[in-house]
Amino acid sequence: MQNHPVYTDNDPQSELSTLNLGPTHPATHGVFQNVLQLDGERIVSGVSTIGYIHRAFEKIAEHRPFYQITPLTDRLNYCSSPINNMGWHMTVEKLLNIQTPKRVDYLRVIVMELARIADHIVCNGVLGVDTGAFTGFLYMMEQREAIYEIYEEVCGSRLTTNIGRIGGFERNFNSRAFDKLRAFLKSFPKTLKEFEGLFNRNRIFVDRTRDVAAVTAETALSYSWTGPLLRAAGVDYDVRAMNPYSSYEDFEFEVPVGDNGDVYSRFLVRNEEMWQSLRIIEQALVKLDKEPGDIFHADVPEFYLPPKEEVYNNMEALIYHFKIVMGEIPTPTTEVYHSVEGTNGELGFYLVNDGGRSPYRLHFRRPSFINYQMYAPMSRGMLLSDAIINMSSLNVIAGELDA
Amino acid sequence: MAAIPNEDIVKAIGDKFADAVTVIGEPYGLLTVESGREQIIDLLTFLKTDPSFKFTFLTDITGIHYPEQEKQIGVIYHLHSLTTNTRIRIKVFLADGDVHIPTATVLWEGANWMERETYDFFGVIFDGHPDLRRILNVDDMTAFPMRKEFPLEDPNRVDKKDFYFGR
Repeated sequence: MQNHPVYTDNDPQSELSTLNLGPTHPATHGVFQNVLQLDGERIVSGVSTIGYIHRAFEKIAEHRPFYQITPLTDRLNYCSSPINNMGWHMTVEKLLNIQTPKRVDYLRVIVMELARIADHIVCNGVLGVDTGAFTGFLYMMEQREAIYEIYEEVCGSRLTTNIGRIGGFERNFNSRAFDKLRAFLKSFPKTLKEFEGLFNRNRIFVDRTRDVAAVTAETALSYSWTGPLLRAAGVDYDVRAMNPYSSYEDFEFEVPVGDNGDVYSRFLVRNEEMWQSLRIIEQALVKLDKEPGDIFHADVPEFYLPPKEEVYNNMEALIYHFKIVMGEIPTPTTEVYHSVEGTNGELGFYLVNDGGRSPYRLHFRRPSFINYQMYAPMSRGMLLSDAIINMSSLNVIAGELDA
Repeated sequence: MAAIPNEDIVKAIGDKFADAVTVIGEPYGLLTVESGREQIIDLLTFLKTDPSFKFTFLTDITGIHYPEQEKQIGVIYHLHSLTTNTRIRIKVFLADGDVHIPTATVLWEGANWMERETYDFFGVIFDGHPDLRRILNVDDMTAFPMRKEFPLEDPNRVDKKDFYFGR
């Protein structure tokens, strides 16, 4: 308790004021508390307090079978749940040495890139709102709705998707999903171009964001930053390119990097990533045409739940259904680390397995948690209004921060 | 640059640290070594600064609890060499009651919250840490909840008991 943050400034001679920014404040977009010492509008020091929505996912995961952990990962970064879901599925597949068919990989790539676009839409749109421009946010949110409708066609839900299963998808994509996807690919580039036109060379926006919260590559690496934040600082580390998973090696895309890691570079990097995601989705659609259209999961009956009608009519399906649900299938006793490029950086899953039905230990390497720890130190000497837009552009999601 | 073969890393570590660092295995190609806590900072420094390895990126620090082992508490480091795209996992095991280990914040600023999280959930005390207090749990919590003896739910509650099939 000796290092506890100072909540009140009791020194009557002090000119500093203490400000509780959060835990619920409209400008912080989530449950974040920062106790700031202010000298006028300038921040002298700050202490971040986190954990307000800690839900003990790692502890719960030790008591759940593998397939029941997917809904927990939904609630990490809830702006891009499919990436978390599939990252978890791929971790288990790596543990069990399951090879997924190419069509599954490409479908996953489509959904993950849609999720990346949806997440960047929120981050960059909200950054616009925080600098006083509401219009761009509304244009972009309309497109996020289109993405959520595609999710709905694929898995039935929108925000916490629980999309896919270990080995593939729970059902094949229907034709409406592809229709909506094609419509989105047609309409989104126009919106994104308009959005960029509103911001990229907008004098007010550039003045507000250029050189704000600039971070050098060395500092970013020392703080273990990953994702768009690290790339904005000039380091081209992208898990998709460096350690390709889900057949990302079959796709051509650029890894955009910024120059000085300020809020403006992060904004540009995220916009460019959306263009690259569109490129990847278009390539994936072309590749899908060459794959047999009825494959949507790997052939692993020991781990992939059979269709319900077969459970009632087919002996093998009934046996596998029982064994999967009761956790009767042996798994290797080993440990595995798998990471995917989440929207905020390297989302890692460290799984220690003892052969039982649930993990012995599961640790999430949550990029928001690791990225956010620089927030208080880097806010020193910054104007309060700059610290607000810095927080927006860090894109810290409370669910992922607190796990 | 291509990934460094695990044998090269094993050999270099063996030359430098002899028996103090032992290889556990390489599950799924990820080299895993075990170190004593006396050598851990030297080992991390060596891996970080050696010009042929450059494990400059600290991916993660976390803990694990094996109640049946003599040294119950494990601290696990994941390092990543971004220039060669090689990863390594380092484990240090500590006996319960003497869970002290030197802090890695001297090497990476980012270790700060990772170690606070490990302290919060496993009670590992990182000597020299600038601000070692709980991070996700409430300050006045007395237990370390990720240890295996800590129950997920209150074991005395009866409202969820199923008298026919058990829990």
